[in-house]
Formats: sequence, C-alpha cells, structure tokens
Amino acid sequence: MKDRYDVIVVGAGPGGSITAKTCAEGGLDVLMIEKRQEIGDPVRCAEGVGTDALLKHIAPDKRWIAAEVKGSRIIAPDGTEILMSSDAAMKDVGYTLERKVFDRVLAQKAAMAGADVMVKTRATGLLRNNGKVAGIKAMYMGEMHDIKADIVIGADGVESKVGRWGGIDTSLKPHDIETCAQFLISNFDPGEYSEFYIGEKYSAGGYVWIFPKGGYTANVGVGILGSKSGKIRAITLLQKFVETTIPDGKIIEMVVGGVPVSGPIERTVTDGLILVGDAARQSDPLTGGGITNAMDAGKIAGEVCIMAKEKGDYSVRTLKEYEDKWRATIGKEISRALKVKNLLIKLSDEQLNQLAHSLDGVDVSTMELPKLLAVLLKKNPKLLWGLGSLF
Amino acid sequence: MSVEVNRFKCGYCGACVGVCPKGALELIETWIEVDDSCTSCGICARICPVGALEVKVK
Ligand SMILES: Cc1cc2nc3c(=O)[nH]c(=O)nc-3n(C[C@H](O)[C@H](O)[C@H](O)COP(=O)(O)OP(=O)(O)OC[C@H]3O[C@@H](n4cnc5c(N)ncnc54)[C@H](O)[C@@H]3O)c2cc1C
Ligand code: SF4
Ligand code: SF4
Repeated sequence: MKDRYDVIVVGAGPGGSITAKTCAEGGLDVLMIEKRQEIGDPVRCAEGVGTDALLKHIAPDKRWIAAEVKGSRIIAPDGTEILMSSDAAMKDVGYTLERKVFDRVLAQKAAMAGADVMVKTRATGLLRNNGKVAGIKAMYMGEMHDIKADIVIGADGVESKVGRWGGIDTSLKPHDIETCAQFLISNFDPGEYSEFYIGEKYSAGGYVWIFPKGGYTANVGVGILGSKSGKIRAITLLQKFVETTIPDGKIIEMVVGGVPVSGPIERTVTDGLILVGDAARQSDPLTGGGITNAMDAGKIAGEVCIMAKEKGDYSVRTLKEYEDKWRATIGKEISRALKVKNLLIKLSDEQLNQLAHSLDGVDVSTMELPKLLAVLLKKNPKLLWGLGSLF
Repeated sequence: MSVEVNRFKCGYCGACVGVCPKGALELIETWIEVDDSCTSCGICARICPVGALEVKVK
C-alpha cells in the first residue's frame, strides 16, 4: 500500500470515479477509496438519467442500461396528465440505469486509466500540514493508515464528512433534504414513460415516481421534504401508494436514502480540498437528480487538479477555478431549479391542477422542462409570480 | 447515548448523517454510530425515511 499520492478521492460514486479517471488520464497519481465493500451497492437511487447529459461522459452500454424511456408523464393531483416526450424522431430521452453495474463500470474505467482503488476503506479524518489539508486518515479492514496527498476530493455523497473536517459546514437543514423510500416492483407493466405524481395528495414537498426498469419491473418511490417528515414518513407514503395504485405489484427490492435539495452551498473548496457531487450538494433541487451533475463536477475537479499540479499550487487560489466553473455551468441550472422548487412546494393541490389544466390544447410533447415552465408562466402569471426573472 | 438506532429497521442510507448539525452520527459498514456530541435535537429522527431513530433525552 502506497502512502503518498497527488490526489486522493474519497467515495466511489459517479462523482468520485469521474474525478479519479480524469486525474489519472492527466498523468496524476491518484487513489480512490470507497468504504463499502461493493461499489454501488446498496443502491440509494431511482436511477433515472437524461441521455444527453449522460452520454457526454460515457458511451451507452447494455450492461448498465436497465430500460430506455421515451419521456416523462407528470400526473396532477386530479389525474390530469402532462406528457413530455422526446424529439419528433421519438428517440429515447432517458435511461433507467442499473447503478450496481454502472457505478462499478465507472470505477473500473478510473482504474483502467491508472487510478488505484481501495474498497472497504473508510476515511476517518484529514491529515494537515501547516494548516493545509495534506491527506487522509483511513481505516482499511479494521486497521488505520495515514495516506498523504496534495489534494483530497470529498466525493462522499449525502452523508459527507470530508467537507466538515475541512471546515466547510455541509450539514443539511430538514428543508434541504428529500427523504426517500423506493421499491423495485415486479409483476407490473410500467409502460415506456417515467411518471411523476405531484401534489400533497402523494407527498408534501416531494413526489411519487415510477421509473420503468425493464421487463415487468419499475422503481417506484416517494420523496418527502425533510421538514414535512416525522409524523408521516417516506416509507408509509410509499406503502400507501403501492397498495392503492399497484395492488398486484410484488416488491423485490427496497431502497432508502436522502437527496440534498439545498441548492448551491457557499463554498466547495478550501486549501488542498475539493467537494464534488452530493457532498457539494450539487443535486437538482427540483427533481432530486444528481448523477450527471456529480459527473460534470468530477470532470471539472479532475481538470483543476491537473492544472494545480502543473502550477505546484494546491491552495484555494488555484482550486477556486473549480468553484467558478461549476457555478457557471451546472450551478446555474441548480439555482434556477431551486427557485422553481421553492415556488411549486407552496402551491396547493388545487393550484397544481389549475396549472395542469392551463396546458389544455398546448402541445408540450417535445418540450424540455425549462420550456414547459416558460409556457406555464405565460399562462399563469399570477400563480407563478416570481418566476418571471428566470425565463 | 441519546439517540437509539433500531438496527433491524435501518436501511443504512446515511441521510441522518447528512442532517446532523453536530456531526454526531456516522455510517460504518451497515450500522449507524452515535458519538457523545449529540444534543438530542431530534432532526435525524424526524428525517429518517423508515423511522429507525428514536431520541432519548439525556
Ligand atoms: C432515493 C433516491 C433516488 C434518487 N434518484 C435519482 C435519479 O433518478 N436520478 C439521479 O440523477 N439522481 C438520483 N438520486 C441522487 C443520486 O443518487 C446522487 O445524486 C448521486 O449518487 C451522487 O453521486 P456522488 O458520486 O456525488 O455520491 P454517491 O453516489 O452517494 O457516492 C458517495 C460514495 O462515497 C462513499 N463514502 C461516504 N463516506 C465515505 C468515507 N468516509 N470513506 C470512504 N467512502 C465514503 C459512499 O459509500 C458512497 O459510495 C437519487 C437519490 C436517492 C436517495
Ligand atoms: S436515516 Fe434512518 S435508515 Fe437511513 S441510515 Fe439513518 S437511521 Fe438508517
Ligand atoms: S439528535 Fe440531533 S445532534 Fe443527536 S444525532 Fe440526531 S441530529 Fe445529531
């Protein structure tokens, strides 16, 4: 086991693996550690991704595509449906992934590019040199090791500790997290669209999703805003939904988890440290999607590490480039999504129905979400007052 | 210990770890550990998706 690297990546999710791969391809000596013994398992995800955002990073591979989806169907509380589909060519707009395979393939790509990978290895703290982050303390199979590095990447997901150890308070307030439960349901034909059931009827400040997972299976889950959870919990809402909506479904897997929906946090770098993905709270506050944002951020982080190594400067002065770049790209989308979310969660079920009805006779089938929101805004200026500045 | 974890219910998802303002929780392998910086604020118990946490007042 080596005791020194250029870069150590903590966490082997999509964000960590892309960071490690990018660093390794740039000639850096990089180690990625993962505390679980099996990368990607247990899953904490509904596994939905947009093809465009994903295929920037990786060529499609049957091994990790569980299903291809043609678009989204949003179901208002009174049952009114809004169908958002693909382009006119009806190409698939999304995938449901098999993340157990996907995450491992990404880690393997990092390894093939030259990164060292250690599983069942948990970071327990940071090493410091003159106040700067200088590596990690890690436990591997019950034994402690110090491993030095010029830069530590915190890609440790929703439960992230790396940022906190580095002096960045990433703790999430209850209203900054969606707390979720999901069943993989079999004996059920979910069709070819991802479905989103919105409104308090299903969940307060969240939604129910049905993502086709291939064969006669689907990921059926619910997220509820942390501040509304307590007396009612995600698991109870999900059980209720499944009993009433998919009574013949058979549950063959269970997933629980939390997604950050805080929007951009104040700081994601410090001297010798960068936060990536859910650890940097970069998931989309409206949809809860975080896979491709984590990958985009990982790419930027890797490139900045390469630059820092060339300069021989690992201080905030150089690493700030990461901060600037992600805020100028995915950060913009995340901020906009946060504003939309903050407005939508205030609407009553009646108002959501009203929004859905306002689309009567409008062909939204080829629209992406921003365009759809712009149309909604035009038709419901009062209800959506405040969104005007976004479009 | 001021938070009790029902290990038989917990799905070791780490959501509670992310919301603890004190950093008192840690997900180790398949269980949650609570250290003595816990103030019994109850946030973790509220957000747990399955209700595996119960606050015990010190
Ligand atoms: C129920 C649910 C449904 C979701 N659905 C979707 C969806 O449909 N589409 C989508 O895009 N996103 C979805 N998300 C969000 C998505 O799962 C995350 O945004 C994504 O996994 C973030 O990737 P990441 O690499 O930042 O972190 P993660 O994938 O969470 O990886 C972090 C890794 O770090 C490891 N780790 C943590 N601490 C340490 C430590 N101290 N030492 C070593 N390793 C450590 C963890 O074990 C983990 O493997 C969902 C989330 C949940 C909970
Ligand atoms: S939030 Fe609940 S299920 Fe998740 S790790 Fe904490 S105690 Fe376990
Ligand atoms: S009760 Fe509050 S301080 Fe204690 S572990 Fe839970 S969130 Fe942390």
